[in-house]
Amino acid sequence: MADAILVRDLRKSYDGLEALRGVSFEVAEGEVFGLLGPNGAGKTTTVEILEGYRERDGGDASVLGHDPGSAPRELRERIGVVLQHSELNPLLTVREAHRLFAGYYARPRDVDEVIALVGLEEKRDARIKTLSGGQKRRLDLGIALVGDPDLLFLDEPTTGFDPSARRSAWELVRSLRSLGTTILLTTHYLDEAHQLADRVAVIAEGRIVALGTPAELIGESTTTAIRYLRDGEPVLVETSEPTSVLHELTRDALAAGEELAGLEVRRPTLEDVYLELVGGEEEQP
Amino acid sequence: MTILLHQLRFEQRTFWRSREAAVFIFVFPLLLYALLGSVYGGEIGGEPAVDVLLAGLFGYGAANTALAGLAIILVGRRESGVLKRVRATPLPPATYLTAVLLSTLVIFALQSVALLALGGLAFDASMPENPVGFAGVVVLGAACFAGLGLGAASLIRSAEGVSAVVNVIVLPMAFLSGSFGPTGEYPAFLQAVGDVLPLTYFLDVTYGVYLDGDSLLADPAALAVVLAWGVAGLAVALRRFSWMPRER
Ligand SMILES: Nc1ncnc2c1ncn2[C@@H]1O[C@H](COP(=O)(O)OP(=O)(O)OP(=O)(O)O)[C@@H](O)[C@H]1O
Ligand SMILES: [Mg+2]
Repeated sequence: MADAILVRDLRKSYDGLEALRGVSFEVAEGEVFGLLGPNGAGKTTTVEILEGYRERDGGDASVLGHDPGSAPRELRERIGVVLQHSELNPLLTVREAHRLFAGYYARPRDVDEVIALVGLEEKRDARIKTLSGGQKRRLDLGIALVGDPDLLFLDEPTTGFDPSARRSAWELVRSLRSLGTTILLTTHYLDEAHQLADRVAVIAEGRIVALGTPAELIGESTTTAIRYLRDGEPVLVETSEPTSVLHELTRDALAAGEELAGLEVRRPTLEDVYLELVGGEEEQP
Repeated sequence: MTILLHQLRFEQRTFWRSREAAVFIFVFPLLLYALLGSVYGGEIGGEPAVDVLLAGLFGYGAANTALAGLAIILVGRRESGVLKRVRATPLPPATYLTAVLLSTLVIFALQSVALLALGGLAFDASMPENPVGFAGVVVLGAACFAGLGLGAASLIRSAEGVSAVVNVIVLPMAFLSGSFGPTGEYPAFLQAVGDVLPLTYFLDVTYGVYLDGDSLLADPAALAVVLAWGVAGLAVALRRFSWMPRER
């Protein structure tokens, strides 16, 4: 399959601060690609270079066959963006904002259909300034979809969503994917990346430190965590040989006629792998 | 073309919806005219005072609408990320700006009509001797001050400060150019400042067309100064205008 996005050795500095130090990845057509990384890692910088907002200092980038640096109109016809921060005129209603943006595209989607997709039917005629934070974010998503894009850039699209809104957004991303839309997504929600992304890249301090399917990334980590209570005290065993450790534990417990209270065997989640990669603190359960 | 009209329609809708902007930009010059017209009687420089003041407030309106109003709108949109978001769409930037400028022209044209109506009905002020030329003056004023408005928007950094900055430019300029009354009694150095301001020359052109029925081109020197200021503003904008918020 052709690559929708191709990035080679991308570099960017802000007055001496190296925000990107050689980032390379590609996103296949129809793929959902997740970009993960701590605050300040360079996610927005990467995405905004690809959207045509920022100039790169070095490396190559191609978006749907175009150089994003020149961001020609044909390219802007085919992409949709949710920026990390942006606003729409607060005096417009939800429906008017969708109509305004629909007017910019040669082949827009039906405005009411898009409003329904992002779950804002009830707010259709409400002024934007009266929307809640999460509703505004849904509006951003609707506006990104109104041009019927082939490629979607979503920079932390579900920040501020309540859990059920997040689930619906996931459903929406999945249905877009099934229709062939390519999606580049950044997020701080590891479960979101796991649920949605075909592949993820973990970026830290301007470099990609891991790249693969969520299963591959988790699979690279060989440790399994086994927890149980001994005399009411929690015990944690981290092992790369869970079978034999478990066998010993259960054999001893059976022999002593005890119950292994609170027994839990857990493969690492994407979050554990992520925290290992970016050197974060291991969170306590 | 359709996309330009589409944008223009939304520009107009949001302008009239924003009460504060509509009052400050559209109503304020009318209000000042009503006040000054009631206070000044008699003649100014051999012309009825209500006519001279009408021309003066018309000039102030041009600067207030196209310089102050435009800069406030553009800086606000830039800093909140409205401009940035539009930039990712296929709408050509020039089309967007053209729509914003045309919207400014529409507002100023309506304001001019309202001012003439107010003058005619309340103070029995004169109607333009040369209506076609007067329409030309409306376009000239909108163009010159919109050029300066674009330049100012490019230089002003924060959305918080923009209203204050543009008023510090526009109000003293209007005062020194004679929008609010004759400047003949002002100290020499204030008159000297007035002598370089675009509004002074724009008012000269306005007096000629409105009161004497001159053609728009009757005073080429004044016209040239007005246009030069507009072009200077535009030149600043071409170098410095930004669609992105000024980060940090
Ligand atoms: N316009 C700018 N001027 C100066 N420095 C910048 C600018 N934009 C980003 N940076 C710096 O570049 C680095 C990367 O920023 P970026 O916004 O790409 O991070 P991010 O991964 O998106 O972070 P977050 O998760 O917080 O959104 C940060 O150190 C940031 O301070
Ligand atoms: Mg970011």
